[in-house]
Amino acid sequence: MTAVTPAPPSTASAPAPADSAPPSRSGGRSRLRAAVGFAFGAALLFAVAPLALSDFRLALLAKYLCVAMVAVGIGIAWGRGGMLTLGQGVFFGLGGYAMAMHLKLADAGPGGMPDFMQLYGQLDELPVWWRPFASPWFALPATVLLPMAFAFGLGSLVFRRRVRGAYFAILSQALAAALVILLIGQQGTTGGTNGLTDIQGFFGYDLDDPVNQRTVYFIIAGVLLALLALARQLIHSRYGELLVAVRDSEERVRFLGYDPASVKLVAYVVAAGMAGLAGALFVPAVGIISPALIGIVPSIEFVIGVAVGGRATLLGPVLGAVAVAWARTALSERFPGTWTYLQGLLFVVVVAFLPGGLAALWALARRRDVGEEQSRRGWSALGRRRAERAEVPTA
Amino acid sequence: MSERTERSEGRGRMPGQHGMSERTERSEGRERMPSRHGMSDDRLDGLSVRDVRVSFDGFTAVDGVSLEVPAGDIRFLIGPNGAGKTTLVDAITGLVRATGSVCFGDQELLGRPVHRISRLGIGRTFQTSTIFEELSVVQNLDIAAGGRRSWATLARRRRGIPDEVAAALETIGLTGRADQLAGTLAHGQKQWLEIGMLLVQNARLLLLDEPVAGMSHEERDATGALLETVSRDRTVVVIEHDMDFLRRFARSVTVLHAGRVLSEGTVAQVQADPRVQEVYLGHPVDAGSVPSGLEA
Repeated sequence: MTAVTPAPPSTASAPAPADSAPPSRSGGRSRLRAAVGFAFGAALLFAVAPLALSDFRLALLAKYLCVAMVAVGIGIAWGRGGMLTLGQGVFFGLGGYAMAMHLKLADAGPGGMPDFMQLYGQLDELPVWWRPFASPWFALPATVLLPMAFAFGLGSLVFRRRVRGAYFAILSQALAAALVILLIGQQGTTGGTNGLTDIQGFFGYDLDDPVNQRTVYFIIAGVLLALLALARQLIHSRYGELLVAVRDSEERVRFLGYDPASVKLVAYVVAAGMAGLAGALFVPAVGIISPALIGIVPSIEFVIGVAVGGRATLLGPVLGAVAVAWARTALSERFPGTWTYLQGLLFVVVVAFLPGGLAALWALARRRDVGEEQSRRGWSALGRRRAERAEVPTA
Repeated sequence: MSERTERSEGRGRMPGQHGMSERTERSEGRERMPSRHGMSDDRLDGLSVRDVRVSFDGFTAVDGVSLEVPAGDIRFLIGPNGAGKTTLVDAITGLVRATGSVCFGDQELLGRPVHRISRLGIGRTFQTSTIFEELSVVQNLDIAAGGRRSWATLARRRRGIPDEVAAALETIGLTGRADQLAGTLAHGQKQWLEIGMLLVQNARLLLLDEPVAGMSHEERDATGALLETVSRDRTVVVIEHDMDFLRRFARSVTVLHAGRVLSEGTVAQVQADPRVQEVYLGHPVDAGSVPSGLEA
């Protein structure tokens, strides 16, 4: 009967302190590694890239980094939380339009109207819902809070009704389509298919000036690093563990006394906020926001980058998003028209053969070392258990 | 060793209660448990199920079941496939809609959402293992312990191992595997981890759905011993098909058949019930097949 007995409390008290030590130690080591990683990333983004790249390429990189911000959010919502968010373009668009509306109004000057409204000529004065965006104090927080509020409302409805899996993905994608249709339909106040274009200034700075473009790049790089730090904290917190638990077994979590709907809601809202911020920064970097940039196709492209990089890791989504966006530019320059097929192929290959993304290859290489270490530890634990057992009869 | 004596003592007591009515046995149990173990902070409560009915599209899976599980009991629910055992547990834990009344202590459970019922101290396991395989043993337990954590606590990182988690690790014998991924545990260890998660969850009523299915003999023994340890300050209800396990560890048994209670009592009482022999075992049992331990 003593073979693999869960030891009664009296006999098993000895090994506890020895086993409580390792997590904190490895926690310290991982913190150090993270600090080094962040320093390396900062050096790369703030020193190497501006020196090595032309102004044109740097502006492209700024655009990729915006996509990477969306990817960080998708990594949390999809990679850690299991929600396949195929409609992040909605939140990206809300953030982008909020920023672009403010910049258009700032370009037009006090009391002025954006150029396209005069062009279509049906409006005598600014629509009511445009007015608050004249103030930066409203517009800037709105770029993040508006998407978050929208995600909160939507998520509350959807998660409580236990909509998940493919249904959730289809729903979020339909939403992206709906937003595009709405924007195009309201051409007089939204710019329609053209979107909000030809944005000149960014809080008093001329966006045509390369120096200012560079500053925008630095802002974007800094924000991306900050979002990564936030994501890292989230992933390693108790909430992050709980989120993975919800992803893997929602029912079980419910039986532990949590409400999985609110756990998922937080991840979804955070991802929406990140997408909104990315959209807001995309506008000064590229100078335009339009329905074509936020619809179904871009929404899927956001997800492809995350899938390629490795959705459940911290850096995978970022590197994947940048790599896919870069590959898209490079390949469309050389072989116009083939990118769409290559992108589809890439997605199929990753989903079919490498569900963990490229990060899985990296983890595979590392697991070999860790695996050895773990089996060693396992053996020593077994030895200790044996020793305990030997003690029991004599005691 | 101590469990062994306690168990044989428990078994020896059963035949002596043969003539007693259900009610006296129950009230005795209620008084006995708290005084014997001197539990002061954790209240011991019994489960009281009254006239519970569950139907799915006209099919009645549970048809007016009433049963009383006294505090500190190890009650086994048995019955042929489709008898409504799991559905009854589903009803108690809020997974399916039911009519009637289910009280734990003085709290009515029916009509509350699953996670609220769980917070009242009702914990359950499922037939299939539902631990979080991608998380380590200690993370599994820590999540189970945190049903009432504030968002501020959740936003921070876990430092070290909380006391209740360490205690549960010892109870279930997985202290040496705290940092192992739960998915890599052996089958029996996964089941113990499930029970450990109920312990840190502070469940005062444990509903276990076939906890020893697929386990080796040693693992069954260990699980039984674990149930006895656990039942010192908790009430345990076990759905089980394994008759040997039942004979050794059940303190009382309820037999369900076609959504109704067929028989209830000690192992010996239930085994002696001709209706149980006919319906559940399929044929009458002769006296010789009753294990000798029951007659001690």
